[in-house]
Parts: sequence; structure tokens; C-alpha cells
Amino acid sequence: MNSSKYKYDSGLGSKKSLIIFLSPALLAILIFFFIPVISAFIMSFTDFSIYALADWNYIQFIGLDNYFRLFDDPLFWIALKNTFYFVITAGPLSIIASLTAAILLSSKLTAFKSFFRLSFFLPVVTTLVAVAIVWRFIYHPNFGLLNYFLSYFGISPIDWLGDPVWAMPAIILMAIWKSFGYNMIIFIAGLQNIPEQLYEAAEIEGANSWHKFHHITLPLLAPTTLFVGIITLIGFFQLFAEPYIMTQGGPLNSTLSIVQYMYQEGFRWWNMGYSAAIAFVLFTIIFTGSIIQLKMKKND
Amino acid sequence: MISLKPKPILLNLLLIIITVITLTPFLWMVSASFMLDGHASTYPPRFLPDEFTITQYTKLFTKLNITTNMLNSFILSISVTLISLLFNSMAAYAFLKFRFKGKEKLFTILLSSMIIPSQVTMLPLFLMLKEMGVINTYFAIIIPGLANIFGIFLIRQYAQSIPDSLFEAAKIDGATDFQIYTKIFVPIIKPILVTLALFTFMGTWNDFLWPLITLTDESMYTLPVAMSNLMSEHSKDPELMMAGSVLTILPIIIVFLAMQKQYIKGLMMGSVKE
Repeated sequence: MNSSKYKYDSGLGSKKSLIIFLSPALLAILIFFFIPVISAFIMSFTDFSIYALADWNYIQFIGLDNYFRLFDDPLFWIALKNTFYFVITAGPLSIIASLTAAILLSSKLTAFKSFFRLSFFLPVVTTLVAVAIVWRFIYHPNFGLLNYFLSYFGISPIDWLGDPVWAMPAIILMAIWKSFGYNMIIFIAGLQNIPEQLYEAAEIEGANSWHKFHHITLPLLAPTTLFVGIITLIGFFQLFAEPYIMTQGGPLNSTLSIVQYMYQEGFRWWNMGYSAAIAFVLFTIIFTGSIIQLKMKKND
Repeated sequence: MISLKPKPILLNLLLIIITVITLTPFLWMVSASFMLDGHASTYPPRFLPDEFTITQYTKLFTKLNITTNMLNSFILSISVTLISLLFNSMAAYAFLKFRFKGKEKLFTILLSSMIIPSQVTMLPLFLMLKEMGVINTYFAIIIPGLANIFGIFLIRQYAQSIPDSLFEAAKIDGATDFQIYTKIFVPIIKPILVTLALFTFMGTWNDFLWPLITLTDESMYTLPVAMSNLMSEHSKDPELMMAGSVLTILPIIIVFLAMQKQYIKGLMMGSVKE
């Protein structure tokens, strides 16, 4: 070991106090996070069901059977397809909304900056279940605000949450409303780090707003965009409360998400082995998605 | 910064439109919560109550026992916040100021495991807590929230700028590790502790899936679970549901408005990777 490695920590304390300080958090994380992760992985290779819940002797290892069963399970494919539809649509739209809001709020010409920033951010902190309930009434086919507003444009009432075609777009719209303020704050921080001289120099050379955005803002924001992309992906793949409250996964399973399917199989029907396999598919998707984004950015 | 050619009017107009979109659901929620039964189910919709009433709120407090759910939410959010703040700050202190084998490696493992979605842990965690006999008790929420990696990361990130000399001086003066932690470390990291307290409080208050799984009696429900349950019986009563939503959101909005600076600052910090 070289000594330069220790430049940053002074190595103050004794071994005894190290254990006192570190072990509570580390043990809690080990026992209630890492052990469950490993157990879930093992569980996904068993037929853990309601019988096993009563007597663990019923548990049998069944190898990859749960995963094979998933492959042939039409409901799982529907949940997978719905979740991808949600992530691929809501993800980019939400990021575009965040970036637009961030750029508008960073402009010198903007008045009442802190008021606008606050109101854009408000949906982020509020309880998802409560706002999903509010939106459920906003989407009401007869009395809802949205259809009333659209009627001014001659659009006839849409049964937002009752029509299999419109239910997912309705959830996407609500999810964008709820989340764009979060990434907006991160983009504002990113925009503040771009030196102003770059824009000034570009102006002298006759660049217009679009050129500046395309050649200065976007490339210099790339690390921020990558971070935003990954956390949005991780968050959106875990879609659950919105459909649970607004549609219960319906109509005709058009909004059933992976997490809701996992919840149903695991905690409604107590097919916990099968449910664990679903959870690991979700994890694999999130993991792969994050790696792909990282790779894509590195190749740029 | 950017001297945009498009006029300031257009820019501010756009911002006003976005504000209307973000705030309308909240304004309608508050307004409908003060309406009489059936008054929020009309066409064209009412934007303001014709007759201001608090019957929806009294119904929630007297008939539907929402006080219990509010109390559950408060007790759980506050206890998770206090305990995790203590454990996380102690661990962050150890990671910063103690020297031990494999420290960097351990921290990297912790950090990279943040990508694992919490749903993966839920099935075994449920079984563990069931064996411990704590399902449908406060402990079912508190135990998984004892410590978290993000909290340790955030405190460590903030405390890295504290000069070592400060701690060394105290050490020479004969202070124990525990004294250094309470008298020097904690006071210096106070700002980030406030931010982390906000995150944890709001996160626990807003959490839904885990309490939905582990709290099975209505008297144990937190507000989001109680609201979800209420929705299945009162899906035709927007006025009542809006009053419940107001009560669920109000404490969060008050806390957020009071401490938005710390919240936003922490959010920006959490997004800055080393």
C-alpha cells in the first residue's frame, strides 16, 4: 500500500470506535437490503407459493422454470409492453419538458423566476397517490376539467381512463406533469455551469439561437443529460401508483405495469417465487438500460 | 446570458401557460374540497364552490377516522427521519475519518448497488419481517428505513470539504472519537442534515407500495394507503376525495415551502457525481 492513498483520510479513530460508528448503518443495509436482494434471486428459482408461506418445507428448487413460465405468460408480455410504452414515451417527453422549462427559466428576460420555478416544482414533492386521485377526476369523461377544456376546441369527450387506447397516454401526461420539475432543477444547475463567454463568442461570429443551443448548450449539457436520462429511466420503469390508483391496470390490462404485475403475483396470489422472477427481470432491464446509456455517451 | 431574439413577452407567456398547467390541479383540488356533495360532478364544471362548506373535512375527521392515519404518517415519517439521520451520519463520519482496509471498495459497492430497484428486496423483506412478527406494526416501515446508501453518500459528499486539521486539533486536545463526532462533525454538517431530513421525511410520507404491502389494518394505514382504500368506496365523491388529498398534501407543501432552499440545494448536490 502506498502512503499517498491516505492523504485524504486522517485515520483518526480507534478500531473500537470505527465499529461503533460504522456497524449500525452497515448492518441495517446488509440485513435489510443486501440479504433480501440475494434471497430474492434464490427465491426466483423456487416454487415459493402460499403453501410455503405456511410451511417452508414445501419450497422446492425448480431451476429456471419461473423464467420459462414468464416467457409463455401473455400477461407478463402485456405488462412488459405497457411499461416500455410508458418509459419510451414519457421518458423523452419529460426530459424535453424539463430542458425547455430550464432554458426558459435561465433566460435573463424571465420575470418572477422564483415563482415560476416553485410552481413547476410543486408537483414533484406532492404525494403521488393524492395527485393521482386528483387527476382521476380531471380525466372524468363527463365532468372532468380536461374534456371541458378540450370542448372549446370542438373535441368531443374522451373516456380517458376507460378507453384502452387513451388510458396509457393519460397516465403518461400525468407522469410528465408530476416529474418534469425534478429534472428541470438539475438542468438549471447544468446550465449555470456553461461559461457565458462561449455564447458571447458565438454571437460575435453571427450564430443564431438555434446554433448556440445545438453547438454549445447541448454538448456541454451532455453529462447532465446522461444523469437525468438514467435516473428518469430507473424511476419510470418502476411505474406503479399511477395506474394502481387511476385504472387498476385496466381497461383490458392496457395500463398493467411490471411492478403491478409483480405486486399482484407476489402479494395478492402469494406466488412469491414467480414474483421474484418478475422482480429480477425488472432489475435486468433497468441495469441494461443504464449500461446502454453510459456506453452510448462514451462513444459520442 | 442568451440574448434571445424572440420577445420577452412570448417567453413569459409560455411560462405563464406552464404555470397554469402545473397549478390548476392543485387549485381545483382545494376548491372542490369545499364544495357540497355532488357539486364537483356537474357539466360545465364549477371552478369555485357556490356555497362554501367544510362538511367534507368534518366527515373525514368524524366518520372516516382520518386522524389516526395522519398520526401514523407523522409518527412514521418523523421516526424514520431521526433514526436514519443518526445512522447515516455516523457511517458517513466513519467513511471520512477512519482508515480501514477495503474502504474505497466498500463504498463503491454501496454506491453501485443504488441501481437495484427496491422492489427486488420486497418479497424476502416481507417474509423476514413476518418471521419477526412485525408486519402490520410501525416496525415494518421503520426497519427497512434504518439507514440508506443515498443518505451516507450525500453526507460524505458534503463533509469532504471539511479540513482534516480541524479534527486533528481536537484529537491533540484529547477529544474522543465520540466527542469529535458530536461537537465538531455534526455541527459542521448541519445544513446537509437538514436537507436529508427533508428528503427522508417527504419520502416516507409519500411512500405507497411498501406500506400498502406491510400495513394491513385500516387503523395502521398511512395517509396514501388510507386514501387509496377510500378511493375504492368513494370513487363517485370527488368533493370528499379532494378534501382527503388536501390533507395528505398539505403537510408536505408546508414543509417544502418553509425549506425549499435547502431542498433544491440538496437536490442539485445529489446530482453531482464525484
